[in-house]
Amino acid sequence: MPRLDYLDQLESEAIHIFREVAGQFERPALLFSGGKDSITLVHLALKAFRPGKFPFPLVHIDTGHNFPEALQFRDALAAEIGEKLIVRNVEDTIKARNLTEPKGKFASRNALQTYTLLDTIEEFKFDACIGGARRDEEKARAKERIFSVRDEFGQWDPKRQRPELWNIFNGRIHKGENVRVFPISNWTELDIWNYIRREKIALPSIYFAHDRKVIEHEGQLVAVSDFIQLEDKDVVHTKQVRYRTVGDMTCTAAVESSADSLDDIIREITATKTSERGETRIDDKVSEAAMEDRKKNGYF
Amino acid sequence: MDLLRFITAGSVDDGKSTLIGRLLYDSKSIMIDQLEAIEKQSKNKEEGEIDLALLTDGLRAEREQGITIDVAYKYFSTPNRKFIIADAPGHIQYTRNMVTGASNADLAIILIDARNGVVEQTRRHSIIASLLGIPHIVVAVNKMDMVDYSQDVYNNILIDYAHVAQSLGLKNVTYIPISALNGDNIVEKTDKTLWYEGPSLLQFLEEVRLEDDVDLKHARFPVQYVIRPQTEDLHDYRGYAGKIISGVYKKGDQVTVFPSGVSSTIKAIELGGKEVEEAFAPQSVVLHLADNVDVSRGDVIALSNDVPKTEQELEVLLCWMDNKPLVPGNKYLLQINSRQVRAAVREISYKLDVNTLLQEANPQQAVLNDVIRATIKTASPVAFDAYSELRVNGGAILIDETSHVTVGACMIQ
Ligand SMILES: Nc1nc2c(ncn2[C@@H]2O[C@H](COP(=O)(O)OP(=O)(O)OP(=O)(O)O)[C@@H](O)[C@H]2O)c(=O)[nH]1
Ligand SMILES: [Mg+2]
Repeated sequence: MPRLDYLDQLESEAIHIFREVAGQFERPALLFSGGKDSITLVHLALKAFRPGKFPFPLVHIDTGHNFPEALQFRDALAAEIGEKLIVRNVEDTIKARNLTEPKGKFASRNALQTYTLLDTIEEFKFDACIGGARRDEEKARAKERIFSVRDEFGQWDPKRQRPELWNIFNGRIHKGENVRVFPISNWTELDIWNYIRREKIALPSIYFAHDRKVIEHEGQLVAVSDFIQLEDKDVVHTKQVRYRTVGDMTCTAAVESSADSLDDIIREITATKTSERGETRIDDKVSEAAMEDRKKNGYF
Repeated sequence: MDLLRFITAGSVDDGKSTLIGRLLYDSKSIMIDQLEAIEKQSKNKEEGEIDLALLTDGLRAEREQGITIDVAYKYFSTPNRKFIIADAPGHIQYTRNMVTGASNADLAIILIDARNGVVEQTRRHSIIASLLGIPHIVVAVNKMDMVDYSQDVYNNILIDYAHVAQSLGLKNVTYIPISALNGDNIVEKTDKTLWYEGPSLLQFLEEVRLEDDVDLKHARFPVQYVIRPQTEDLHDYRGYAGKIISGVYKKGDQVTVFPSGVSSTIKAIELGGKEVEEAFAPQSVVLHLADNVDVSRGDVIALSNDVPKTEQELEVLLCWMDNKPLVPGNKYLLQINSRQVRAAVREISYKLDVNTLLQEANPQQAVLNDVIRATIKTASPVAFDAYSELRVNGGAILIDETSHVTVGACMIQ
């Protein structure tokens, strides 16, 4: 009997985590963004539960600043697999709760989406939210458990994480608390791409090289859209780019590239000298502990 | 490609985080932007050098105090192998986080500061490594630069540690003299320790044999979830979803379900939605049985010719991880793989003294970080194997029923 290849080991680990969620929680949800990590999660969930239905709906917290290609892909995928999709809009939360929209050139709703997420968790009484965060993404994420317990306010307390031994997951919580579950915690960006290639998983077109109108901002390429405010000094170029991650149009930068196949993308990612976040996130440079602080406030 | 999971352990400030930073740095696994970020933060260091420990110390509190509080997971690969590293805290207060990281490790690197030699935390982490049955141990004698790369210092530490290893029954111990700070014997061998003939640390990590670490002899399949679509065309579909934690299953195999003891045969095996003739650990699959027997989450399906034990009284070695003490008579939930049962701790037969490694008989209670031997009575029978024989079916956790926190790690005897 051969030793299982590392991708098969990671896949099996993720399926195991999915099934633990199904076995332990009353009302789980899969947070789906339309990005490659959550698309990979859906693929893994199909492997974990077919021919049965998913024991959870897909939930998208829509900031209103998404790439149209990602939204189309989201709807098409949900329809194709015949699973329930719940969408909740940050726009509605802003109105209902009188929240203040951030201002500025790249005004991002990244922080505001936590409100919508927590409201949605409360609306549906979700006790577990499955997400596609990976530990290789960021140094605070590198510290988080696979079953990460959050209090009533969705807050992560990094100093009081539960021990998590072997492959035994303790999903017991008090009423009002919820668990964030990360089945692909141990996958790297390259693992995800290799898996997508191996499994022939379809992705939104923006992951592949295409022409796009962009401006340059501190060395990064930002797509021109209704959501960012151009200044006089900005020069709009049309460049051949692809996206390495898909977040909001306001805070995700594009990468100049002619890679239009998975083979080419994997070749580029293998050779890159910049991390996924470093190359594509406009918002994370603000502070050294930006992610840790957001997580403490209920963010994924 | 193969996958190796390892942990760094050892006392506070022995250089665990620095070692990982060095390993990532010298193997060119650090991205430019990450390097720039830690360069900026290292500014207040006197030497003006970069503090490689900052790569893994990802929490604000860790950076402020210059210590590791919780495990950080880091990833890198060489052409032959992928590595998942768990950087554990050395501080005694955070031992439970070290246990978390160590529980899944194939290999532990135990660091020893060459100036201090074997200290209490070295022994504590070695005890945990031995309890958890980590298959491979590397003792990295670090900060060799601070002792002029002295072979005598190194040899004396070897002799000391060999006593620890012997009394704990640690096998497969490899010793390497290193300087995490300077990168000696981490990726490349250094000419400062010409007296050392073994491999560099990375070379060892790349070559250590892992084939025997997955048990393919004893077939165990804990059921996690029952798939029953109940649609018109799949009306009779009833699949048991779970992960084969050890062994091999083939179509037609005779199996027994535990704890009920009911038998059947395997009608079909599905892997990723496709039917296969056989499947093996650690694959996640769906099993179908020929008979309509009662199987639910938490049950174990094993091959009938080699079965687990089924008992209600368990002898365990237990690592206590809660601030509230464990007193005989206390009740908890015991979880082994996907099965949860109510349990009571009957008696504590002894407590291990971390310094002398001797047993202290009949202690009144166990407190945070104590390692004890205890008897646990469960409300219903549990199917298990001795941890020493089959790690994957011999480990259990205790959960506090009121706080819901994981408070104990049990290695069933
Ligand atoms: N001279 C010298 N100093 C070292 C070496 N390795 C680590 N250090 C220093 O020792 C100190 C502690 O290193 P860390 O890597 O943070 O120690 P640690 O073992 O991770 O500590 P905890 O995680 O808090 O238990 C730092 O100041 C390092 O620069 C070495 O090989 N030589
Ligand atoms: Mg450290």
